[in-house]
Amino acid sequence: MRSTIAALIQDHPGALNRAVSLFRRRGFNIHSIAVGPSETPGIARMTVVVDAEHVEQVAKQLYRLIDVIKVCDLTDERTLQRETALLKVHAPSASRADIVALCTIFHARILDAGSHSLVIELTTTPATLDRFTDLVRPFGLKEVARTGQIAMVCPVHRERTATLTAAEESELDFEPNPLAV
Amino acid sequence: MSDRRTGAQIMCEALIRENVEVLFGIPGGAIMPFYHALPEYASQLRHVLCRHEQGAGHAAEGYARVSGRVGACVATSGPGATNLVTPIADAWMDSTPLVAVTGQVGSALLGTDAFQETDITGITLPITKHSYLVTDPNELPRVFREAFHIASTGRKGPVLIDVTKDAQQARTVPVWDVPMDLPGYRPTYEGNARQVREAARLLAEAEHPLIMAGSGVIWSGGGEALRALAERTGIPVITTLQGKGAFPDDHPLALGMPGMHGWVHVNRAIQACDVLLNVGGRFDDRVTGKASTFAPHAKIIHVDIDPSEIGKIVRVDVPIVGDARRVLEALTEAVEPRDRSSWLAEIREMQEQHEHRQSYRKRPESSALMPHDVYEAFDRIARERGGYRVITDVGQHQMWAAQLIEWRDPGTHITSGGAGTMGFSVPAALGAAIACPDETIWVICGDGGFQMTNQELATMRQEGIRNVKIAIIDNGYLGMVRQWQELFEQRRYSGTPLTGPDFALLAEAYGHRGMRVTDPAEVAGAITAAWDHDGCVVIDFQVEREANVFPIVPQGRSIGEMMTEGVAE
Repeated sequence: MRSTIAALIQDHPGALNRAVSLFRRRGFNIHSIAVGPSETPGIARMTVVVDAEHVEQVAKQLYRLIDVIKVCDLTDERTLQRETALLKVHAPSASRADIVALCTIFHARILDAGSHSLVIELTTTPATLDRFTDLVRPFGLKEVARTGQIAMVCPVHRERTATLTAAEESELDFEPNPLAV
Repeated sequence: MSDRRTGAQIMCEALIRENVEVLFGIPGGAIMPFYHALPEYASQLRHVLCRHEQGAGHAAEGYARVSGRVGACVATSGPGATNLVTPIADAWMDSTPLVAVTGQVGSALLGTDAFQETDITGITLPITKHSYLVTDPNELPRVFREAFHIASTGRKGPVLIDVTKDAQQARTVPVWDVPMDLPGYRPTYEGNARQVREAARLLAEAEHPLIMAGSGVIWSGGGEALRALAERTGIPVITTLQGKGAFPDDHPLALGMPGMHGWVHVNRAIQACDVLLNVGGRFDDRVTGKASTFAPHAKIIHVDIDPSEIGKIVRVDVPIVGDARRVLEALTEAVEPRDRSSWLAEIREMQEQHEHRQSYRKRPESSALMPHDVYEAFDRIARERGGYRVITDVGQHQMWAAQLIEWRDPGTHITSGGAGTMGFSVPAALGAAIACPDETIWVICGDGGFQMTNQELATMRQEGIRNVKIAIIDNGYLGMVRQWQELFEQRRYSGTPLTGPDFALLAEAYGHRGMRVTDPAEVAGAITAAWDHDGCVVIDFQVEREANVFPIVPQGRSIGEMMTEGVAE
């Protein structure tokens, strides 16, 4: 079982270390972690996927860190998930057409080609990336680089009422499962 | 003359702006610029030179625990900083407001394994509420302001400020009115009104409710509010080790301490209660025993200022995030009174039943000096005199102190609870003595813990401190470990027999008064003489070597499974 946590963190030296350290302390293995700028300057967004089931306590402890502004456990939420991978595949002329056909099916892009290999880029869900990787593996998978999963809660589909302000709606979008008890 | 100052001067001024009056520390290479600046500010900022950085850290903790203010300590880089790790961890576990300032090697040398360089912000990452590495003197005013704010608000705790040597030396014009930059830090003080109503409803409907008070009640100044709620509702009150003093032990509703060394009737009451209100405590495993069996019939209301404590150990039915005092006041207003005398009578009956089995209340048929004689005499004399604080160390003597002394006022019982740091008491007393010069600071410690940090007796002498009185419960063992070995490991006393110097002579060597007591008849006289002596005193109470702390719940077992006199109940 994997869990996904998203957090907004102040873009300070050590802040990421502090956050990640909480998972280490509990002995949770981090499956993937993706960090980058958020919508607010100076605030980074971190998406962590951990091989653990009960992460509520870590999420709360994460929220307790001074550098952490917001935390959301996305595990049970309806989310959009994306991850990008670069794959270098062994592709002599004999198998090249088959690989290109697979790329077409998965909407993967071929970024570069050499005499014996191709570099493929695919952005999709982590599960689809796994499937694609398995399919090209028999051709000879030389190198894989994955960005780590990012995720965003799906927009709320609801009649806009007079009582729900735009600000409240955006709250709902990010934090359907607020941690402040 | 411009307003330009060195980073070191700015650090001193920042400390003064945060109302720091005393700083415990030891100089060294990387913090020398700060020490160079310090004499200019000597009239406002007293520096106490300790004998070990661990002592400096615990002294700052002791100062904080009795004054309610932030304790401050300072050390150099490398070993100076690593010696602070234990007190920082201690402050983290017991939520003590502490700011530790460390020098760091020059910024150009960071990460090069330079002389006396250690990554102290990295080392202390999991045991600080927050930490800073400062390489630019312009950041110092904001960093110090934030550090003291963070240490002293919400759930209090330690903050580390590591300042590189070049940042201490560089000159700049300090800008003091910089705003704090803490968008992620918003402690909640007011309990959610709906949750408070729900808690009040549960308490009003409960047949067998209990209140358990932890250190949050003391830090929030909630003693009066707790008393008001208990008296309005008639609900009996349990105080945890760190909650001792939050509710007077001699109050008709006071039950005593729960947990591993709690009284039988207290643990039984927890296992029988239908609603448990835990205010300002964190369900430490020494309180709950095997957590899955804790208070099996109870709906649990947990009031804590730290949301991450709620639901961490036990399931919680009504969580309330907030300041203990404010939530207690809100609850008192919201709750309907009800007669609980039959429940209280039931608990008191339980207490009576077990009284005859409580050997710890009675002297055995032996003429040896029992630890209990010391506590009994101390409790009696302290009650007559007042104006005292007691600082205990870690081990058997600590549990006896919690059990056998009646604690009546918040802030009178200071101990290292969560971290269980042996060696805490003597340096903590140094800090407490400076914070409360008009009170008598008693240390009760074991001969093991005393030998870990007793060099601070020299600091007391140098600083002219006269109000620290140390009672060593000297049994020639690391007693609590020995007790476990006796009860659970077939008396295999591995690594626990302990010799010491002549503690009375040692005290005299440090320029204090030393005494030794071996006869039960001399106990009261020695305590009285120490109290009256104008100066620090060490009394070596040479007690029965194999006295035990009872009751005891074996580790990992339910608190319903108590051992008294070495036999499981």
